[in-house]
Amino acid sequence: MPAEIRSQLFDPWQETLRYQQQHLQAGKYGATASFVGTMRDFNQGDDVTAMTLEHYPGMTESYLQKICDEAQQKWDLLDCLIIHRVGDISPAEPIVLTVVWSAHRREAFDACRYLMEELKSRAPFWKKEGLTEGHRWVDKNT
Amino acid sequence: MSISVKFFARLREQVGKADVTLESANTVQSAWEQASGGMPMPDNTLCAINMEYTQLSATVRDGDEVAFFPPVTGGCSGACHAR
Repeated sequence: MPAEIRSQLFDPWQETLRYQQQHLQAGKYGATASFVGTMRDFNQGDDVTAMTLEHYPGMTESYLQKICDEAQQKWDLLDCLIIHRVGDISPAEPIVLTVVWSAHRREAFDACRYLMEELKSRAPFWKKEGLTEGHRWVDKNT
Repeated sequence: MSISVKFFARLREQVGKADVTLESANTVQSAWEQASGGMPMPDNTLCAINMEYTQLSATVRDGDEVAFFPPVTGGCSGACHAR
């Protein structure tokens, strides 16, 4: 159940497939729930041309892992995966991937949502948007 | 005694530095006052000791890393806030 930070573009679908093939046993999981967060080219009524995602090296990884561990304790899961981008990101690029594998769908849906909501509220990431004119830090939960 | 203080994101820009080393600080609050040069702390500032969320009244020990940062991208439940 890894939680990873990436500074380069990643393909969430390839990552899901690769992880599943390497770590999940065929026939044991009946549900795979995933969420992919992608960068928009608009926010709060403005055109957004670029984004820089800053994190706190060490603390961010620790909280992502903590959130994965909590999900494993709360639900009967086979595995989960979090990958999160940092650094300079362009519109349409994936920012975050959360995936949960379990025997049944309820656990997969609930745990996948838990990973995302907890990540957004506790993992130290900060977004700085590049606008047509200037930059701004994003404080609102979007 | 040595305490490492870090500022992130908007706070780093406002304070004008990313890292400060202090010789001593009793609490997180006093670490802020010394490291920021007396700048008023913005509302909703979050703080951590050794990468765990904490409160401004928390005691700082020799060798600790104290960090100050704005609310994280998704906002934060009350438990994270420094005060």
